[in-house]
Amino acid sequence: MSTTARDLVPPESRAPSGAPAKGVRSGKVRRLSKRDKAVLSLMVGIPTLIQLVFIWLPTVMSVGLSFTRWNGLALSDIRPAGADNYQYISQDYPPFWPAIQHNLLWLAFLALVATPLGLLLAVLLDQQIRGSRIYQSIFFGPVMLSLALIGIIWQLFYQRDNGLLNFLLGTSGTPQAVDWFGDSSVNIWAAMIAATWRHAGYVMLLYLAGLKGVDPTLKEAAAIDGATAAQTFFRVVFPAMRPINIVIVVITIIESLRAFDVVYVINRGTNGLELLSALVIQNLVGEGQVIGVGSALAVVLLVISLVPIVFYLSRTFGKENRA
Amino acid sequence: MSTAVSPSTAMTRPATRSGSKPKRHYGTHIFLTAMAVMWLIPLIWAVFTALRPIASTNEHGYFSLAGDFNLDNFIQAWSQGGFAKYLWNSVIICVPAVLLVLFFASMMAFAVSRVSWKFNVTLLIMFTAGNLLPPQVLAAPLFEMAKHFQVPYSFSDSGNMLNTYIIVIAVNMAFQMGFCTFVLSNYMKALSADLTEAALVDGAGIWRQYREIIMPLCRPAFAALATLEVIFIYNDFFWPLLFIQSGDRLPVTTAINNLQGEFLNNYNLLAAGAVITVIPTLIVYLLLQRQFVAGLTLGSSKG
Repeated sequence: MSTTARDLVPPESRAPSGAPAKGVRSGKVRRLSKRDKAVLSLMVGIPTLIQLVFIWLPTVMSVGLSFTRWNGLALSDIRPAGADNYQYISQDYPPFWPAIQHNLLWLAFLALVATPLGLLLAVLLDQQIRGSRIYQSIFFGPVMLSLALIGIIWQLFYQRDNGLLNFLLGTSGTPQAVDWFGDSSVNIWAAMIAATWRHAGYVMLLYLAGLKGVDPTLKEAAAIDGATAAQTFFRVVFPAMRPINIVIVVITIIESLRAFDVVYVINRGTNGLELLSALVIQNLVGEGQVIGVGSALAVVLLVISLVPIVFYLSRTFGKENRA
Repeated sequence: MSTAVSPSTAMTRPATRSGSKPKRHYGTHIFLTAMAVMWLIPLIWAVFTALRPIASTNEHGYFSLAGDFNLDNFIQAWSQGGFAKYLWNSVIICVPAVLLVLFFASMMAFAVSRVSWKFNVTLLIMFTAGNLLPPQVLAAPLFEMAKHFQVPYSFSDSGNMLNTYIIVIAVNMAFQMGFCTFVLSNYMKALSADLTEAALVDGAGIWRQYREIIMPLCRPAFAALATLEVIFIYNDFFWPLLFIQSGDRLPVTTAINNLQGEFLNNYNLLAAGAVITVIPTLIVYLLLQRQFVAGLTLGSSKG
C-alpha cells in the first residue's frame, strides 16, 4: 500500500534516503491542492459516516443496551441492569445453552461435512473430466439461492405426509413417517443438510479457483519424486492453497454464526432449532420486547464472531501494516 | 491480486495431465452423477409440484404422474398471491441499494488504495470487519434507531423510519459496502501507479483521476460486483423482516415466508411461489454466471 504512494511521488521530490517514512508521506500530502483535499475528505467522509452510523454505532449500542433493562418503548424507560441480563441468559433462559450447542453443531457439520464435500467436488472436477462444466453448474446452482428460499424448497421435500423424502423411504402416510423439520430430535440435522446443499457448492467454487492457481510444476515435481496422488494433494497442493484455505475457514465459521434464515423459515428457531441469531430476534420482536436480553445474546454472538474476524483481518492486513 | 481464474493456466494443464497417463474416471463419474442427482432432486420436486394443479394432487396424490400439468399455480401465485407486487418491491430495494453501494465503495476504495494517508489501512479494516459481523448483532439498535427517528406522516405512514424502503436500502447498502470496498481497493491497488502519475503531471485533480482514469479501468470489477450484489440483496431475508411490517411492502424473498403460512394446505401454490422467486436468480445464473463467479472469487483471492 505505501509502496503505491511512494511510487506516486516523483523521485526528485522523495525524501533523501534514510529519512523516516513519515517524511515521505507528509511530503505526498502537501502535494495535494486544497480542492483535492476537500474532494478526498468527502470521498472518505461520506462512506465512513454511513459505516459508523449503520454498523459501528449499533454495535456499540448493542453492548450498551445489554447492560440495561428496557421494553423498547420510551427512551426514558431505559434502566441500568448491570450484568443481570447475562446472568439471566446463562442461568434462567432455557434456550440459551441448546442454542450454543446448536451453533457449535452447525459449525462442526459445516466444517466436517459440507466443507470437505465441497473440497472433494472441487478436486474431482478439477481433473478435467468430461462434463465437468455441467457438474459444476449443478453444484453451484444453490449458491445463488437465498437460505430462506432453501428452507422453503426443502420444506416441500421434507414434509411428513406429502414430502418426497418420506415417499422415497416408503414411510409416507404411515405412522413411522418422520416430520423432518418438525421433530425436534432430527430437525437440526435436516436443516444442516439443507444448508450443506448451498455451502458445499460455495466451497467447491472457491477451491476450483484455488486449484487452478496452484503451479502445475509443483505437482509434476512431486510426481517425479514418486509421491502418490493423495500425498501430492495433502503435502503439496493443499498447503499451496493456503490463502484460499484461510478464507474458507473464516467463511465456514461465519456462516455457522450467521445461520438464521433457514431456521427462521422453518419455525422461527424454536423446538430443536434454537440458534443464537434466532434467539436475538425472538427477544426483539413480538409481545414482550426485552431489548436488554436480546442485546446480551447479540453481544455473546458478537464476541464469538470477533474470533474469526480478527483472525481473518490479521492475516489479510497484517503484512500491509508491517510494510 | 488476481482476477478470478486465469483461463490460460486452466487451459494448459489438461495437456500435461492426459499426456502422462490416460485416465478412466468411471468411479468419479458414478460419484458425481449420484451427487448431482441428489443436488437436483429438491429443485425438480419443487418444479414438479408447482406444475400440478391442486385438484390433480388431491385426486392422485403428490407422488403420481397422473392428472394435468399446467401453469395454473403460477398464474394464481402471480395474481392472487401478490408475486407481481413482491417482485416489484424487490426491484425498488435492489436497484438503488446496488447503485449506491458501488458508488460509495468505489470512492472509498479509491481513497484508500490510490492515495496514501495516515488512516487508510485502519479504515479499510473497519469497513471489512463491518461486513463480517452477523446482522443480528446490530438488529436491536438499528430497529430502535429506525423506530425513534421521527419523520412526518406525509413521508412515512408509520411516523418513523420503520416500514419504509429507505431504511432497508440504507442498511443493506451500509452492510454490503465493506465487502465492495475491500474488493475494489484490491483491484485498484493492482492498477499501475503510472496511470495516475501521468495524470498528476498533467495537473488532473483527485476527482478527475478517480472519474476518468480509475473508474473506467475498474469496469470488470464493477460488472462482477454488481451481479454479486444484485443477488446478495435480492436474497436478503433479514433486513426487510426486521424493518417492514406491512406484508404488501415486503420483497419477494421475505414475503415467501408469510406465504408459507397462508398456503399451508396448498403446497402446489407454495412450490409455484418458490419457483417464481428462483426465476430472477435463474436469469442471472444463465446470463451472468461468469460475472457472479468472478465476483465471489475476487473477494477471496487475496489472502
